[in-house]
Order: sequence, then C-alpha cells, then structure tokens
Amino acid sequence: MPDTILVIVEQREGKLNRVSWETITAGQAIAAATGWTLEAAVVAAPPIAAEIAAKKVARVYSVESPRLEPYTPDAFAAALKQFLTAKQPRLVLMPHTYQVRDFVPKLATAMERTVISDCIGFRHEGGKLVFVRQMFQGKFAADVSFAGDAPWFATFQNGAFRADKAEAGASAAPVETVNVEIAGNLIRNQPQEVFKEAKQAVDLTQAEIIVAVGRGIKEQKNIEIARQLADALGGDLAASRPICDSGWLPMDRQIGSSGQTVAPKLYLALGISGAIQHIVGMKGSRSIIAVNKDSEAPIFEIADFAVVGNLFDIVPPLIEEVKKAKAGG
Amino acid sequence: MKQVPQKDAPLKLNETGAWIREDVSYEVNEPDAYALEEALRQREKHKGEVVVITSGPARAQQVLREALAKGADRAIHLEDDKFVGLDALNTAKAFAAAIKDEQFDLIFTGLQSDDYGYAQTGVILAELLGWPHATIIMHIEKTGAGIRVKRELEAGFFQFVDMPLPAVLTIQSGINKLRYATLIGIKQAKNKPLKKVAFAEVQSAIGGNLQKIERLYIPQKTKKTEHIDGPPAEIARKLVDKLRNELRVL
Repeated sequence: MPDTILVIVEQREGKLNRVSWETITAGQAIAAATGWTLEAAVVAAPPIAAEIAAKKVARVYSVESPRLEPYTPDAFAAALKQFLTAKQPRLVLMPHTYQVRDFVPKLATAMERTVISDCIGFRHEGGKLVFVRQMFQGKFAADVSFAGDAPWFATFQNGAFRADKAEAGASAAPVETVNVEIAGNLIRNQPQEVFKEAKQAVDLTQAEIIVAVGRGIKEQKNIEIARQLADALGGDLAASRPICDSGWLPMDRQIGSSGQTVAPKLYLALGISGAIQHIVGMKGSRSIIAVNKDSEAPIFEIADFAVVGNLFDIVPPLIEEVKKAKAGG
Repeated sequence: MKQVPQKDAPLKLNETGAWIREDVSYEVNEPDAYALEEALRQREKHKGEVVVITSGPARAQQVLREALAKGADRAIHLEDDKFVGLDALNTAKAFAAAIKDEQFDLIFTGLQSDDYGYAQTGVILAELLGWPHATIIMHIEKTGAGIRVKRELEAGFFQFVDMPLPAVLTIQSGINKLRYATLIGIKQAKNKPLKKVAFAEVQSAIGGNLQKIERLYIPQKTKKTEHIDGPPAEIARKLVDKLRNELRVL
C-alpha cells in the first residue's frame, strides 16, 4: 500500500473555501518531495469533488452523510474517523481555518493521534519530514516532527502556500463516493444559521492604502492622528484585534484571522507588534511600512521599511510631508 | 490557564536548541485571562464556583494566585518542571486525570496560547472527557436545556449554537473587558484553597509525546527590510520620498 497524503478541503454552504487550494499546493509539494501519492477529500459537498478532481491529484473522495449538514464537530470527527481508519493515509493536511480548529484536535484525539497546527512550511531531509511553525508570536521558528504512528495530521496557515500554484491534472481524477454512518445521538451541538453582524461599512479588501493601528496607539483619542494620516494618503483606517475588542474602532476595521484579509499596495502599521493572528491578515500586502518603538517586534520581519521609534513623534511630521507632497511640494 | 513568557521578554535559546532559556519574566496567557473573566461573570449571573487549574513549574503558581485575587474560588496546580515539555494531548490527559473527581458544568480555556499557538488543548480535553465543545466563543447564555453560545467565524460571520452541559468552550478575546485584582482580592487570595497535584499522580494517564520540537531557531528572513533612521522630521521626509518614488502611492 503506497503512502498517501490526503488533503481534506473545506466548503461553506456548498462552495469551496478558496484557502483549500493552498493546501492542495502544499500537498503537491510534499508529494513531490517524498514520492507519496496525493489524494483529496471533500466532506458533505459532492459537487466540489469534481472541482478538486481537475487538479493534479490521484483520487478524490466525496465523504457523505445527511448528518454532516450543518457542520458540527461531532459529525465531522465521527465521519472522518471512520473514513481515515479505513483509508490509513500517512499524512492528512487541512487549512488552519476556524472550522478545522474546531474539529481536527477532536478527530486526532479520537484516533489517538496528534496534529501539528498552523504550519508555515515543511522540509524533507534525509527521509524525515519536519513541519515548520512559528512559536512565541513569531519570535522563533520551530521544526516539529511526528513521533508516533500515522495518520499524521498537519494544518497550514493562510498564505503559507499559494493557491494559484495548485497544479492542474492532465485529466480529471476519479471521484469515489464514501458514505459514512453517523449515529443520531452522537451529535450534541445544534447550530443555528450563520449570519454577518457588522454592517460592512467599509470593504478593506478593496483599499489600496491602509493605515492600521495596534496597541501602541495607547488611547482611543490617539487614533485621530492615524485617521489624519490615512486621509492625507487617501487610504483607509484599520486596526489589530485588541483595538476593536476595546471598541475603539468598529469590528469591520479589523485585520487578521478573525477580521479581514487584505493585500493593499501599501500597509502602514502603527504601533502593531505583529502577532501571528494579525500578520496572517496582511502579509500579502505589496509594501509594508512598520512603525514601532520595539526593535524586536515581529512586524519588522515582514516590513519593507522599518521605523524603530515613537509613532507619536513620527506620524505628525509624516502627515505634513505627505500633504506637502500631494500639494506639489 | 497557562503561564507564558511576557510578550516583550527577550527570549534566548537554551543549550539544547529545542527550547528557550527559562530565566525570563512570565505572565498569564492573555487569551486565558478572557476565559477567567468570562467564568467570573457567569458566576456573577448564575452563582456557583470558579476553579482555576494550571500545569507547570513552581513559577506557574503566580497565574493561579492572580486568578484567585481576581475572584476565583479555588485553584489546582499540577506542579512539576516535566509538565513544560508535554504536548497538547498529554497536557489535556494530565488535566483530565487531575479533575476526574470534580463535577464541573463548564470548562473554559483561552482560544490558544501565546507561546505555542496550537489552539488544541481545550478541544482535546473535551474529547477525552466525552463532552461537547465549541470554540472561539463570543457570548454565552444559559438556556433551559443547557447553553446557547455565539461562535465567531472568519470575516465577520457568527453562529449561535445550542449545547447541553457539561461542555468545554474556548473563549475569544473581546468577549468581555478584563477586571483588575483589587487589594482586598489579593489579600483574600492567600486564604483560598490551592491544591497541588504531583506529576506522579497523573503519570499513568500520560504517554510519550506524539510530536517533537526538533529545534527552535530565529526565523530566516525572506524580506529585505530597509531601516529608516534619523530625527522624526528626517524620517518623515525619507518615507515620503519612498512613498513617491519607490512605492508610487503619492
């Protein structure tokens, strides 16, 4: 039985969650490095199987049961435990989404296995597979290996691989339906309809220039200078999560894993340390300027231009210079 | 709750290269502070007892003391250096063993730790206990049949979920505002029960780690970062120069 890598893609309301393409790219890269066979699985959305089958994968499984809709961790863990116990892949890959975080540790534990979460890459050296992930809010990277039996579970961080690099297959892969049995009394959660809360007043994904504030802004009233800078630049104001938690800016201004993911021409980070949950939402920006008084702040790892200093000293003259430049100075 | 190095603590690798030197300052894992605050608020609404538990060396007791000072009723400390090296599965197994005679209705954890960032321990614990769970919770209401929780999803979406008790919930930041410990609270904390659990007491529940940190290292920078220096006025001029001529946004 050849070793297989199984990518389990994610769907929301019958539509593929596009981050799944990144996981396919990751799976293809690991398959190329190890020589293992790449397969994919979709849960509770048969039409998506055909979409996945167009990519370079050996086979696609459509895991089905009426009890898989709506999503609950009990149903997903039970269904996948059944499927994976029968299939015994070597490696199971998923994107590190909120839904995957909700069920994959349960699934792995039920199978007496482990998950290496939120990986940003992998290496295959001397026949050994290690997964790379960030620790201590990005201050260190860690190489993590599996010490137990397969199946091994790993999840990849948003943006760790490129969705557009998922290779198409020469022909459509075969699709196999897998019907799973889930006992009715197994499901304990009763989910209601998914809904959107914030009146999305601003769509930051369309902004070309974003000025974002973090804890370094210290007080709500100080956000005013960031707003002035955003206005001077013709950009939009945004924030890291703690600013929105405090109610200093509305939730629809939040950038990060629980807010919006943006890739503007320019991202200006003021007083943002660069916690991983924030970085995942903006690391795709074309250019990043970071201002922070802590020279060790992780934001500087991804900044194109770094200003180590006090934002309250720097932003006011910057606003003036921007205005001068725009006025033809 | 978990004790983690302070956010701005300068971290250095130890001799093994697979962990950090522990001679730094520590603090409570911030997501766990929201979990504790939510537990205290639920007790204010519905009465009951708030128990805090941690695993770690002697220094981790500080996290429990602060929790008791904020109003928790009692604490459990799985105390041993060996707890530091356990993976999430073994940590959850140790907790499950330590609380086997308790009768909790709800177990809260922070949504992830600031040192590992795995976001697993709470979900694993629920599976080990055979309890339902929900993650990244922004609101909890008591209902006739159990609880109704508000799950945060990505991109501004949310979902209500009805669940029976007992249950495990991982709590999202912003669910509440953190309180400070009062002087009276700090004084009262000294008299609250703090039970120690030795490694030997939970050892039979724990197995070998199923994953291993081979090494830690400073991340290799792929980005070329240009530092802009000088007095503020000069920095402002240099930045505008970049904005205009290199980034072409002006």
